[in-house]
Amino acid sequence: MSQSKKAVSHPLDDLVRTDRIPHIWCPGCGIGTAFSSCLRAMKESGIDLMKTVMISGIGCSGRGAGYVKLDSYHTTHGRAIPFATGMKLANPELNVVVFSGDGDLFAIGGNHFIHAARRNVDLTVVCVNNLNYGMTGGQVAATTPHAAKTTTTPVGNPEAPFNLPLMAYASGATYVSRWTILHTRDLTEAIEQAILNRGFSFVEVLSPCPINYGRRNKEKALDTLKLYQERSIIKNDAHPTELDIDLNRRVILGNFVQVEKPTCVDNYDNTCRPQEFLEEEKAA
Amino acid sequence: MKPAVLTGEHFMTGDVACAEGALAAGCRFFGGYPITPATEVAERMALRLPDVGGTFIQMEDEIAAMGAVVGASCAGAKSMTATSGPGFSLMMENLGLAICTETPCVLVNVQRAGPSTGLPTQGAQGDMMQARWGSHGHYEIIALAPSSPQEIFYQTIEAFNLSETYRIPVLVMTDEMVGHLSERVVIPEAETIQTVDRPRAKGRKDVFKPYKPGPNGVAPMAIAGEGYNIHVTGLTHDHRGYPVMTVETQQEMMDQLVGKVQRNLDKIIRTESYRLDDADIVIVSYGVSTRTSLAAVDEAREQGIKAGLFRLITVWPFPEARIRELASRVKAFVTVEINLGQIHLEVERCVCGQAPAILVGHPGGTIIPPDRVVETLREFC
Repeated sequence: MSQSKKAVSHPLDDLVRTDRIPHIWCPGCGIGTAFSSCLRAMKESGIDLMKTVMISGIGCSGRGAGYVKLDSYHTTHGRAIPFATGMKLANPELNVVVFSGDGDLFAIGGNHFIHAARRNVDLTVVCVNNLNYGMTGGQVAATTPHAAKTTTTPVGNPEAPFNLPLMAYASGATYVSRWTILHTRDLTEAIEQAILNRGFSFVEVLSPCPINYGRRNKEKALDTLKLYQERSIIKNDAHPTELDIDLNRRVILGNFVQVEKPTCVDNYDNTCRPQEFLEEEKAA
Repeated sequence: MKPAVLTGEHFMTGDVACAEGALAAGCRFFGGYPITPATEVAERMALRLPDVGGTFIQMEDEIAAMGAVVGASCAGAKSMTATSGPGFSLMMENLGLAICTETPCVLVNVQRAGPSTGLPTQGAQGDMMQARWGSHGHYEIIALAPSSPQEIFYQTIEAFNLSETYRIPVLVMTDEMVGHLSERVVIPEAETIQTVDRPRAKGRKDVFKPYKPGPNGVAPMAIAGEGYNIHVTGLTHDHRGYPVMTVETQQEMMDQLVGKVQRNLDKIIRTESYRLDDADIVIVSYGVSTRTSLAAVDEAREQGIKAGLFRLITVWPFPEARIRELASRVKAFVTVEINLGQIHLEVERCVCGQAPAILVGHPGGTIIPPDRVVETLREFC
């Protein structure tokens, strides 16, 4: 009896809208793992959870905000970062975590990503990269490997994918890492570091999409995880230019960038506000 | 901190007066993107906001500007942006988010002639239907139309007050002529300016329902970081804020979004009348064209034509009942606007064949001279 009671509870229940379970994610999908790593990292980081918000865009990963029992905002497609920027600037006391997918953050939202990184807005951006648009049934994304099949590249993707950590680094992000959902401990630690880092922090999470991506590329959920195990090389501090993903050969994981720089709010206060205002703030 | 309200007599442009009105209303966040002829609103806010404890940010595009405005409002700041035609188009997506999530904010459109890049430095009133229906789906919206720098100062305050009262984005549909016009603007003492703050969440945090409407149909709002653990989504949602993909929930949510405006029309709609009591012909106008129309009424009266002006201060929601009532007793309606017939269509719809409804329109780039209106009036007398 007590055992069955135990079985229905989960250590993250206090952070989950359990009344919204079951979630929409497919069997074999990795988003749930990335999501629980994110929640665990929030908890373990020791930040004030009442002052913590999760913001998502649209897509499978974009449903993250809908399941977290914190102030949570499910915004428009690609626009989670501008929404988060407004929120952080209007109340810098908030810890703002953006949880969304590769299509949302890097195709339709790519412009917002690079500018938020450039400004060093103190946000944590967790990108679940499943190499395609899952919610709409598996279309090509800005992260889909060259030659991979999707519903809109039926004979193979003619384009090349982004190297996301390189883009984050080049745009000015002050924390950059990449893990897979197989590396949950490293991933959780990385998200925790990202949350504690003052500045724009980016964590890419490779995650299988067996239903839409795997099915068309002869990759079952377990095959994808095997690839993550066999082809990944952990190389902390690797230069971001080395980080192109080639699952036929190798994919580099690790924590690549951690630097200190004044945040967007620091710079605004120091550059734009009158000195007496800053003194008044300090006194308060 | 410097004063947010610049009490005194000024000579300023409409764009600057708009920014000053926003500050007087309590606006403390501006997310912008430069565009002629609205740039000066952003420039003024960039200069003034850091001195009064607010924040200005120039975003990477108008989509982001509107996104940041909605986010800032959810964090508790009175927020706004200002743009013109092409930028207004880009803001439509997140305007819809603000409507669906009932997030107060103010969007100023200093209209220029379109379509597309059009005449960037020359005014028009061509976005009036986009103001009404530009975002997707069915919804209600509030739009004000000032005709002078002094009016834009007060109407921007009014826009914030309506927005906060009804938790709805409010549009200030001005135009290049008013935006770039320099006139006398009197800013009163701060304590005489009435400002309204959104209804706020109270009571037990564990049972709070973020979309459960209050007595006037508007739900009290919890802002980020207060501990209510709210969920806010642009998906169709129930009173808990949870997405529910059913026809019934869509019906209930739409009743709330539309109903909070429709049930409060008498509190929202603002109009003005000039020499209307004994008028045979009613000029319907708004924004800068009000100035044309006032001159036309006086000129027509001098020529013995019994014309009067029915001026829309809030263009949306449209004062349907008032137009219907006038239609039963006057001989004709003449709508004066700098487009080729937008509000004219609304007038025609409400008049419903009871009297002729005529348009004095213009494709944009300049104001309509009063003579053109008087000529049209003469044809009907």
